[in-house]
Amino acid sequence: MVLIKYNAGNIQSVSFALERLGVDFTISDDPETISKAEKVIFPGVGEASSTMAYLRERKLDQVITNLKQPVLGICLGMQLMCRHSEENDTPCLGIFDQPVKRFIPETDFKVPHMGWNSLTKVNDWIQPELENKSVYYVHSYYVPVNNFTSAVTPYTVPFSAAMRKDNFYAVQFHPEKSAEAGQMILKNFLAI
Amino acid sequence: MLSKRIIPCLDIKDGRTVKGINFVNIRDAGDPVELASTYAQQGADELVFLDISATNEKRKTFASLVKEIARNINIPFTVGGGINSPADVAPLLEAGADKVSVNSAAVRNPALIDELAKAFGSQCIVAAIDARYVNNQWIVHTHGGKQPTEKELFSWAGECEHRGAGEVLFTSMDHDGTKNGFAVNALAALHGQLTIPVIASGGAGENKHFLDVFTVGKADAALAASIFHFGEVKIPELKKYLSQHHIPVRI
Repeated sequence: MVLIKYNAGNIQSVSFALERLGVDFTISDDPETISKAEKVIFPGVGEASSTMAYLRERKLDQVITNLKQPVLGICLGMQLMCRHSEENDTPCLGIFDQPVKRFIPETDFKVPHMGWNSLTKVNDWIQPELENKSVYYVHSYYVPVNNFTSAVTPYTVPFSAAMRKDNFYAVQFHPEKSAEAGQMILKNFLAI
Repeated sequence: MLSKRIIPCLDIKDGRTVKGINFVNIRDAGDPVELASTYAQQGADELVFLDISATNEKRKTFASLVKEIARNINIPFTVGGGINSPADVAPLLEAGADKVSVNSAAVRNPALIDELAKAFGSQCIVAAIDARYVNNQWIVHTHGGKQPTEKELFSWAGECEHRGAGEVLFTSMDHDGTKNGFAVNALAALHGQLTIPVIASGGAGENKHFLDVFTVGKADAALAASIFHFGEVKIPELKKYLSQHHIPVRI
């Protein structure tokens, strides 16, 4: 298991969550180490364009796109796996051929979408017992519901809480901060 | 549906929790890590840790404490106290804190909020505002509510949002410690004005006050300290009560 090392804000928190689950893992930005890992976690907290620039500079964009083992993108990691983000008009990795859009604030719908919100319409790799369980979100951009969506969270519009395409798994929320529900999802990914 | 958040706040001095914490079933109520874990298990949605250590030297020990907290709890937490610059923030976020709160330093130097939001992202910058109602105006105070400033709550909160704060934590110094309820009218006005979440603080004494702060006050989250520490309000019961009154909470 390799946790991709880059300028993401939540590497420490994800590391601690993996430690709490008793997982052996390394934190690395070395393309070979990442490519040979049994599983890869692509964390993320930050801004899309500077993070994509950082990944391209180190050729990690190609490394991630070409991975064949199970890969889990978290929060910004999930957004960067999409085609394009409205955050500073950023072309992303294109694993999921989906746009990343900005929430438009409305009365009673603040942006950032911050706090605990529920998982609905769970399917595929998100266990049925997680239906209606709350997970922790902090984000201003979202991926609309699409063919790859594995769970939906309602907000100003329903959005993709989780997705999967082949070996690429992704969650918009923070499993590392989502108490027992988050631990279940991490365990679930680890058991794949 | 997005849940309303319940947030216990812990004051930390020299690495220990202060303010006479009286918890049953806890070995060492002065140990912030143990107390934080207890709250996380009880269903707290977030935690806030305020470092009230007097010296910079003692503050350095705070970052290592933050790391221990992050290692042991699986819910988000905010840390604050004595943050004056991006250099103060980086070690706290690297240690695993999710957000930092700034208060007096931002009042002195409002550009600090821009700097922090640019360096770390708005989502992790909480603008903490202490205010008192004086001559028909909510006047912002610093130094734990002792020192009046020339700023007015609503214009300052708007400026904080504009400069890039991701949340506002408003403490009414008139309500703080009274246990008579939150400043719901001022909170409702803040809600109407801001597009970022508002955390209400000051005045919680019983379950009903939390219901009021979410219905009348329209707050996104409610913070309290001693009533949780002394078990006067118990989080599982509070959440059950709120849920029975149709407030969306995480149970």
